Amino acid sequence: MAFFIFPLYVVLCIVFGQIDPLFRTPVPVWNPLQWDPTQFNYVLTHIVGADGVFGPAILRTFVYVLVASSLCLLIAFPVAYYVARLSGKRKGLLLALLIAPFWISYMMRMFAWVNLLQDDGLLNKVLSLGGLLTPEVNWLTGQPVVVILGLVYGYVPYMILPLYAGLDRLSQSMLEASRDLGADRLSSFWRVTLPLCRPTIVAAVLLTCLPMLGDYFTSDMLSASPKTAMVGNLINDSVQSPGQTGQAGAFVMLVFLAALLPMLYYIRVTTRPDEVST
Amino acid sequence: MRNPVAWWIDPWRPPRFLVAITVGYLVWSLLPVLIAVAYSFNDGKSRTTWQGFSFRWYWGDQTLSVWHNDALHTALLQTIKLGVIATLITVPLGTLFAIGIDRWRGRLPAGANFLMLLSFVLPEVLLAVALLFVITTVAVPVDLGTTAQVIGLVTFQVSYPAVLVRARLATIGPQYEEAAMDLGASPLGALRRIILPMLMPAIFASTVLVFADVIDDFVLVRYLSGDASTEPVSVKIYNTARAAPTPALNALATLLLLAAMTAVVIGFLVYRYMTRADTTTKDRGIGAFAGEV
Repeated sequence: MAFFIFPLYVVLCIVFGQIDPLFRTPVPVWNPLQWDPTQFNYVLTHIVGADGVFGPAILRTFVYVLVASSLCLLIAFPVAYYVARLSGKRKGLLLALLIAPFWISYMMRMFAWVNLLQDDGLLNKVLSLGGLLTPEVNWLTGQPVVVILGLVYGYVPYMILPLYAGLDRLSQSMLEASRDLGADRLSSFWRVTLPLCRPTIVAAVLLTCLPMLGDYFTSDMLSASPKTAMVGNLINDSVQSPGQTGQAGAFVMLVFLAALLPMLYYIRVTTRPDEVST
Repeated sequence: MRNPVAWWIDPWRPPRFLVAITVGYLVWSLLPVLIAVAYSFNDGKSRTTWQGFSFRWYWGDQTLSVWHNDALHTALLQTIKLGVIATLITVPLGTLFAIGIDRWRGRLPAGANFLMLLSFVLPEVLLAVALLFVITTVAVPVDLGTTAQVIGLVTFQVSYPAVLVRARLATIGPQYEEAAMDLGASPLGALRRIILPMLMPAIFASTVLVFADVIDDFVLVRYLSGDASTEPVSVKIYNTARAAPTPALNALATLLLLAAMTAVVIGFLVYRYMTRADTTTKDRGIGAFAGEV
């Protein structure tokens, strides 16, 4: 427990701390009464102020996360629905294949795409249809589409599994009852299935989009260009440059604050006793 | 083609659309990785043109293959070292955590439970940066490197065995323990002789899962690695992926993949053997094993 709380306090102390004038290393200030909000203000004014260099990145993060998680849901829900309810005998195999990406390193999966998307990579070869066309697309130089698809590719498995678990648990008799009482297929889906698994959907969406907020490696691997930088990249870049550690801390606090309410909501959804859904 | 209205109301029509999406998704999710694995056997230096099959990048090449290149096999060793140490600490801790949360009542275990769930959704980079600050600025007797990495990994992963073991505890229920204590066992004795053996499958499953998870971890180990000698495979891939690597990197990634998959497959088989007489997990297959997190 202490391992979670204490680091966050240290982050606070660094954000509101001083910078050592000689070595440009952060000096944490332990006493909350002596906290100095300079660095925090610096970050805040650079987000919304006239010279908002961080603003676009933060906006971009929200757009990317939003688009990527909606795409994730669009892919994940049908797949989970099929595997959980309709796949019959092949369920075991399909489930194993769905779980497999979990144990393939995220880096490995991104690296696989780096290979495919290179200038002379397979994708461009396929697109050129054996020399008929010459696609002049450099996929790996800051294409937002590529980054978003990379995010989707990376996080979809984390959404499918909770959805699968929820849909698998859905009571069959309830659905049969709704059909007996005269609902057709669509309306029984709309009025029984969806409301019953709403907590699962919420949990699954949060489970994917919150980690996405801190993601910087997808953007780094697939574009490595400031055109697609996300908040995670800001954190990552400023942690490693001397003198900006306080800014990194400030970003960490911001992301944490942004993610706090959804996180609390997630915990409430999952600990509600009647709808067990992890 | 039949009448489309009849087709729509036919309750027995096969769900072709969903099958197509599912199959499409599976191909999309697994094919790139398989292609990357295939190119690790490429004979040439390219990762995009196929030049014949060979083990050159595993051990054939004298300077650049995984076997002969120091940097690459240090990374592999570091990964395995981290995996083993972190797993050995995480699993007992997580098990105790689960038993504690399940048996205790009160505010402290409720808080622990809260934090446990939190770590599922907390962006990993936040914890990593926070721990980095702790280690670099606070006078703690820990340096960046293996120790720091293990601490970070344990902090992040401990909720995994805890959740799995707790789910199992919930299905066991209190009656066996009560029966044991009625028959004269002390609370600790009941825990050791009754509950722990019944928890064994869950503990075992979480061992395997944590191991597979730890060796794939990236964010934490990257921030907390001291220098190049403590960078595991995932960091190595990240650092060199965009800097014209050779297929040796594919080979390295393949080995990592192989390690994780072997652990999981062996784990699953042993798990099935351990729970062969257990009706609660019978027809849930690999889903029960993975805890359906």
